[in-house]
Amino acid sequence: MKKKSVLLLILMVIIAVVLNCVAFMGFDVSGFKYGGVFDENQGIRKGIDLAGGSVITFEANKANPTEAEMDIVEAIFNARLNGAGYTEARISRDNSGQITVEIPSVTDTDEAASLLGSTAKLTFRNADGETVLDGATDIKNAEYKYGQTSQTGAAQAYVQLTLTAEAVSKFADATRNAAALSGEGKNYISIYMDENEISRPSVKSEINSETCIIEGSFTPETAQELANQIKSGQLPFDLTAISKETIGAELGADALPSSMKAAAIGILLIMLFMIIIYRMSGILASIALSIYVGLIALLLGVLRVNLSLSGIAGIITSLGMAVDANVIIFERMKEELRNGKSIKAAVDSGFDKAFSAILDSNVTTVISCIVLYLSGIGTIRGFAITLGLGVIVSMFTAIVITKFLLKQLVNFQFKNRKMFCA
Amino acid sequence: MKNIKYTENRIKFLLLPILIIVVGLIMYFVRGFNFDTEFVGGIRMQVNVGSEFENQEIADLVTEVAGDVAAPVVQKIGDGTQATIKMSELDDETKAKLVAALTEKYGENAIMSVNSASASFGTQVQRKALIFTLIAILCILAYIAIRFEVKSAVMAVIALAINVIVMMAVYTITYTPLNTTFIAAMLTVVGYSINNTIVVFDRIRENMRGFNAKKGGVVADVVNRSISESMGRTLNATITTLITILLLYFLGVNSIKEFAFPLIIGVIIGAYTSIFIASPFWAAWKTSEIASKKSK
Repeated sequence: MKKKSVLLLILMVIIAVVLNCVAFMGFDVSGFKYGGVFDENQGIRKGIDLAGGSVITFEANKANPTEAEMDIVEAIFNARLNGAGYTEARISRDNSGQITVEIPSVTDTDEAASLLGSTAKLTFRNADGETVLDGATDIKNAEYKYGQTSQTGAAQAYVQLTLTAEAVSKFADATRNAAALSGEGKNYISIYMDENEISRPSVKSEINSETCIIEGSFTPETAQELANQIKSGQLPFDLTAISKETIGAELGADALPSSMKAAAIGILLIMLFMIIIYRMSGILASIALSIYVGLIALLLGVLRVNLSLSGIAGIITSLGMAVDANVIIFERMKEELRNGKSIKAAVDSGFDKAFSAILDSNVTTVISCIVLYLSGIGTIRGFAITLGLGVIVSMFTAIVITKFLLKQLVNFQFKNRKMFCA
Repeated sequence: MKNIKYTENRIKFLLLPILIIVVGLIMYFVRGFNFDTEFVGGIRMQVNVGSEFENQEIADLVTEVAGDVAAPVVQKIGDGTQATIKMSELDDETKAKLVAALTEKYGENAIMSVNSASASFGTQVQRKALIFTLIAILCILAYIAIRFEVKSAVMAVIALAINVIVMMAVYTITYTPLNTTFIAAMLTVVGYSINNTIVVFDRIRENMRGFNAKKGGVVADVVNRSISESMGRTLNATITTLITILLLYFLGVNSIKEFAFPLIIGVIIGAYTSIFIASPFWAAWKTSEIASKKSK
């Protein structure tokens, strides 16, 4: 019994060590590879306040823009960001017509803001660069569709274009001319947003009708994206940058290492504190805490959480709270021991009685994290995600892991109850 | 520790928070809140000067480039070689000129961050912050009312309100900038201080089982005993949480410091109100309820 418990305890320590190694440094076993939490391509994404760059929030110059209109805005932003080479940029929206763009390592925020915020100009051009259709006046609609495009073909994603009545003859001329140039490889009509070519469908024959389709190797997402981009020429409002933020790379570069240092020292001090106050039980709490740290690092890395400064603050705050559940349990056990119960009975009733307090107190913290997340305020969101995740994972480590460890320790049959949990 | 009459001395325990709030109110009327650009609009720049400097010298440079409308306010941060400049909204052109002037004087990488927000954006953030804080409190209130009783929920929220007001007072006293991190700090304290209160309430709930006023049960005694019994937990849990936040405060970069400081105050005052205010006042309320039932 005792031998088995010793082995299990050693096993848990090994698990804790391996977990942390995997979470922080990654692994490479027979083809399966993970780069660890700080890996650039597989780990956390660094927020703008850590990596440096620009954050711009735009607002539509129109009350209550519809979801579909904001989809178009997002499509314009995507096309422009790609056109300007900002492929790492991230776009997020809230439900009140605000759209926020984060562009890493770009520090000319004003220029980026005016590039994104200007009214989109969408044109169809032939191979010689002559404009054949204007997105603002000639195109009635562009829609994503899914289905067969020919009698014999399989169902596929495509974009259906509807022209205005006046534009039909213009487009018929253009497509006839283009189709005739197939020998020179100029049988296409390009779609431009501003000065960036976003699509180049080829023309098989003259199109003389109000509707036509653009097919190709589209996924539903890319077809939807193109349809939204084509509609951008008719966007009924423009956008104003209401908040701009530029963070120099140096400021961000300091933030991560100094926070990591605070976290590392914090973990060690908490372990020390727990061991001084709760002796053997404190050692178990420390093992549980290191498993907690490994789990959180693994989760953040695998989920590729967008980690900002406030997110780090959330994690570090959660460290202190992670041992809270252990404190509640150990204090209970101490009381039970003082009342003369055996160690085994004290562990059991300590857990039973502590459970409702742990549950209720953590649920309230999770509630405020959920509300914070819903607020949609960027800096607050990062904080809410990491703190909420931390509280939930800490309940698991405190209740399941600590309980398992304590049960093993009970089998040691301590003579000195003070050593078990002072 | 065992025989402290928490319930009987509850009015005295109110004095500390009231004192802080009064000082905060005075400071509020003297100079108000230090609203950051996210809340009121305007421009904030963080500049690394690289050596000791006079605030006035930077302010003069700003007014020279951008005119008197900029109304710059310069504050030293970090080790005294960095500055935060706050000014009113400027057009892009003037802003670019100012950035150029600052980099020319203090070096290529002197500008650490620039933040500009329109006044309407600020109002929206303020409104959102207020609404979501209230929603969070209401949700927590509902949860406690379900898990405990309405009286507990009301007392928990009153204790919470005291925490929040004390924190606001601390913000005015220390003139810490109010920005989005303020909201995050506030809501953490909302969640965390209620966490403390609940642990004590949980103990009271347990000790009140089998309570019978007719057989000589005294609510105040049960509550005093419950507070004493959960004291070890409250103190130790507060210490472990404070360890990490204090480290953030001492080792973190400036914006983390601004976040950690109110959290430290919030965690301490949260522990204080859950021990000395929420439960003792709950006991008084419960006692008067039992007394009024008896007299009927």
